[in-house]
Amino acid sequence: MGNNRASINMHPVLERSSKLERGSSVKRWITSQWMQQAFFVGPAILFYSIVIAIPFFFGIYYSMTSWDGVSGNAVWVGLNNFSTIFLKDPEFGQSFWFTTRFTLTAVILNNVIGFALAYLLSLPLKSRSAIRTIFFLPNVLGGLVLGFIWQFILVQGFPGIGKLTHLSFFTLPWLGTEATAYWALIIVSVWQGAGYLMVIYIAGLANVPKDLIEASVIDGAGKWQILKNIIIPLIMPTVTVCLFISISWTFKMFDLNYSLTSGGPYGSTESVAMNIYNEAFGNNRYGLGTAKALIFFVAVTFITLIQVKLTKSREVEM
Amino acid sequence: MFGRSYPFKWFGIELLAFLLALVFLSPFYFVIVNSFKSFAELLTDTSGLPGVLHVENYVNAWKALNYPVAFKNTLIITIFSNLGLIIISSMAAYRLVRNKTRMNRFLFSMFMLAMVIPFQSIMIPMVKMFGWVNLMNTFTGVVIAYMGMGVSFTLFLYSSFILAIPKEIEESAVVDGCTPYGTFFRIIVPLLKPMTVTVLVLNSLWIWNDFLLPMLVLQKPGLQTIQTATSSLFGQYMTQWDLALAVLVMGMVPVMLLFFMAQRHVIQGIADGAVKG
Repeated sequence: MGNNRASINMHPVLERSSKLERGSSVKRWITSQWMQQAFFVGPAILFYSIVIAIPFFFGIYYSMTSWDGVSGNAVWVGLNNFSTIFLKDPEFGQSFWFTTRFTLTAVILNNVIGFALAYLLSLPLKSRSAIRTIFFLPNVLGGLVLGFIWQFILVQGFPGIGKLTHLSFFTLPWLGTEATAYWALIIVSVWQGAGYLMVIYIAGLANVPKDLIEASVIDGAGKWQILKNIIIPLIMPTVTVCLFISISWTFKMFDLNYSLTSGGPYGSTESVAMNIYNEAFGNNRYGLGTAKALIFFVAVTFITLIQVKLTKSREVEM
Repeated sequence: MFGRSYPFKWFGIELLAFLLALVFLSPFYFVIVNSFKSFAELLTDTSGLPGVLHVENYVNAWKALNYPVAFKNTLIITIFSNLGLIIISSMAAYRLVRNKTRMNRFLFSMFMLAMVIPFQSIMIPMVKMFGWVNLMNTFTGVVIAYMGMGVSFTLFLYSSFILAIPKEIEESAVVDGCTPYGTFFRIIVPLLKPMTVTVLVLNSLWIWNDFLLPMLVLQKPGLQTIQTATSSLFGQYMTQWDLALAVLVMGMVPVMLLFFMAQRHVIQGIADGAVKG
């Protein structure tokens, strides 16, 4: 903007007004670079600091204290919380292991199904915009409501269908055993997420040049070859984005976990996010909770960086 | 998309897509249909249509949820968070995109970094800080939290949009004697309108459906949002499906209406936001 001011002063038509402007030091102060920066960026930085930056750094401090949240005094314990977590808290390790397995399965299924739906709806079907809306619909609701909906379906709806169809799939004790509760969460997560990823994949598929596909058809390439050798390499940037989004959803899952299984049966489906919540607000061990949250942050950042790096290296220039 | 084919084949694929869509819709069918049944009917016949419409389920759910209050609370939080987010993010995005000093590049990457930070990593100290400054159990506290949490993504959407606005428009405004503030509010803000609609819809869906933050900050009964009220009621009446399902449907309806009204913007916004990233 500094250059712009100089150009105003040099502009002959504006000679008079710029003289007036120069006379007023208040106006010059108001339009100074510093003032502009404070006015435009200041509020955003303020809210960012209050809600993200300051709590984050406080969290690092509290993770080295024995703060219980009630008494208010946080005693410095160094790295004790971390050694407690790694050596004496098998539940945290278990929730980490559960979250990792869950993320892996849910991300693969979400992306495969999301891509398949997008591929299907990129064909010139008559009802495709209505069908696209339906696939997207579950995503409009929050994880909490979706979890409750599925609790009803798994507890009441499935046994009802099972009675009619005599299929053993519907009569399983869905929320009662470790394995079925895990797959119940996967089913709901795919039902929720696939439509969202589908929307992004449709946008990605629309950017694949048609002449490239026509040329390969003329060269005698089959559908599978076109998909594998042309479409997928060309939409790798979209794959990067979709993997990024779905990993961060599933790895940070809380609402759905809370409403569908509450971590049960016997804590076998407790996600890391939920473990942290329970530690801090259930057991009132805030110090330990913030230490877990810090480990969680490091893990999320690490996984995200690796994923972006891996998929970026597979992107090709058009 | 892939060359010419017979219409008959398309019909088969269309049918397949249609059946898949029915599978996706079936959970909604179960919830809505059963929300109109009596408890006994719901247990014996879960998949059929209700014999008599038991509207009293909804009357009971309305009272139990304290629906008007929960709705009003959620609406207030959503409106003010949106308003704040649109103002602070569009202003910051404008300055950061148009004034690429070293400082501003750094600030931009700080904002982007926040998108990776999980809420769990900030929530415990944040709740503590809110306690110090009496923001617990206030809508102001919740709105501040949403503004801080949402500013990164909103700023990101605006900045990619502002990048596409030709600089000449602003330069001619400056020549005509517009101050930097006038340029932003009179020239840029009207041009941002399409992105503002997208931002409004995406952030509304997020805030309306968010559960953990209001659960942590708003702990008094009169302050419940639709999500927290649904959660506490569902826990209470877990075995009373007739009431619980009506509660769920009432939580679903407003956000579904918003989606159907703004469907185009939601889908376009998600596609744009993701592809530009």
